[in-house]
Amino acid sequence: MKRIESGNVAAALGVKLAKTQVVAAYPITPQTPLTEKLSELIEAGELEAEYITVESEHSALAVCIGAASAGARAFTATSANGLLYMSEQVHWAAGARLPLVMCVVNRGVGAPWTVWNDHQDSISQRDAGWIQIYVNDHQEIIDTVIKAFRLAETVSIPVMVCYDGYYLSHTHMPFDVPDENKVDTFLPAYSYKHTLNPESPENLNTVTMPFARPDRDGVNKPGYMDIRHNLQQELRTSIPVFEEIDTAYKAIFGRGGSPILSAYKCEGADFIVAAMGSLSNRIKDIVDELNLEGLKIGVLSVHLYRPFPQAQIIAALQDAKGVIVIEKALSYGNQGALFGDIKAALYPCIKRPFAHSYIIGLGGREIKKADLYDAIKESCTTSETFEDTSRWIGLNR
Amino acid sequence: MSSEITRIRWHGRGGQGAITAAKIVAKAAFDSGYEGIVMVPSFGTERRGAPVSTSLKISKTKINDLSPTENPDIVVVLDHLILDEVDVTAGLKEGGLLVLNSPRKLEDYQFKNIKLAIADVTGLSSEVGLKKGIVNSGIIGVLAKAVDLVKMSVLAKGIEAEFVGKKPEENAKSALLAYERTEMGEM
Repeated sequence: MKRIESGNVAAALGVKLAKTQVVAAYPITPQTPLTEKLSELIEAGELEAEYITVESEHSALAVCIGAASAGARAFTATSANGLLYMSEQVHWAAGARLPLVMCVVNRGVGAPWTVWNDHQDSISQRDAGWIQIYVNDHQEIIDTVIKAFRLAETVSIPVMVCYDGYYLSHTHMPFDVPDENKVDTFLPAYSYKHTLNPESPENLNTVTMPFARPDRDGVNKPGYMDIRHNLQQELRTSIPVFEEIDTAYKAIFGRGGSPILSAYKCEGADFIVAAMGSLSNRIKDIVDELNLEGLKIGVLSVHLYRPFPQAQIIAALQDAKGVIVIEKALSYGNQGALFGDIKAALYPCIKRPFAHSYIIGLGGREIKKADLYDAIKESCTTSETFEDTSRWIGLNR
Repeated sequence: MSSEITRIRWHGRGGQGAITAAKIVAKAAFDSGYEGIVMVPSFGTERRGAPVSTSLKISKTKINDLSPTENPDIVVVLDHLILDEVDVTAGLKEGGLLVLNSPRKLEDYQFKNIKLAIADVTGLSSEVGLKKGIVNSGIIGVLAKAVDLVKMSVLAKGIEAEFVGKKPEENAKSALLAYERTEMGEM
């Protein structure tokens, strides 16, 4: 069934279809309408879940961690400083290998305060051990929320579904709401193999020694470093798992096919612009114009940011003359976050494309079509260097 | 491409229902075969009673630009007093359309190089039995009369669907009456 609603409502409907059992969230702009919608759905009995109100984001995720440990399918959502306030629990959830799903409605981070969009909030949590997926429109929001639960539960790693505050959260556009029965087939009821059980009490995630040692039954058990190595290994192998899940989703719903990266006009392109979120779609219009002018140029939208899909990045970019990375976040004191990752991925290539970095739209700074056009065109027509410095678009206006 | 997109900017007051009105038109346009529908509310912190705006873009194909509209083809104003507070025609294309709820007459307004469509939606909505100040259904009738984008019959059905439990028939009637009583002029 097609509906025209905001991105926040699309996310809430995905959470509803996933038959989430526990929702704990603290409202923060621009995530608020998502949590409001969920509380409405639960109040109306359309979603049979427990909505646990909390006094902070830290508690929101702590409640979800508890719920998932007790065997419930749990969801939370936040933005910006709310995400940072829960950061300690963000790391914990990954280390504890709990299959949570969280929507991060991307917003710039204070200070100074801003309620408007960029990607600094979720990018700052990229090293926490979660899977991070960036989506570009409302259809991708609802579909990805549903897929995220299956992914999280398959690999026992929590998943962030990141979408642009305001640009997607508050904008209304048409999307298809998947059929409930088909979602039930795709995403069966959650059953967690390490569920807490009062009949058989055990400690979880207690102080773990630097060294491996035998447990009470004399079986050798991993130490801290081994457990962390498992997380890293299983994050890496979750890339093909996500591809399989997307294929299964496509077989039922007819949508998907590019869960890791989606390429637009990249086939045989001399230049490829890489971006994340709704900005990737915006750049399609610029690329269309430049193609009409005779440049061979495409857009590569990076959906899966953690684990970072090096092999797919290499395959997508290695034959281009140049790569232009445009993004809304950076590793302060260094360079654009996605840019740094893409450059590192391209290092083994024998014939490396040049790489340019642009920072745009921080804290909701208007992204003008002309700015995008000028920056991309300049990169295609002038310099062919491998740069270390990010250029900032749209300063001082 | 951009030339095929119809851009409508709506001006109302927080709580007046401009976003609901834009949503009804968006849904009706989608049901009429437009695939590209994007409604972008003014970004930020809205307050009840303060002037707010929302952009609605309609196209036959998917729209990638999610930024608010700077150069609308059409401006819709739910409350004529907003004209004193906001430059509603800012960026309106030459020869563009202004859709206005006002108790005044066409000749009371002096704009340059635009088309004006006007109806006393506030008065008409009371006439059909709506609570005073419900204008977001009626204004759709004025828009429908002034521009050939979506059929009035489809819009009336959309209004009834949106206002379920909130006088749906009266709301649709208000739009149909406004459609009939709209005055149009070029200036």
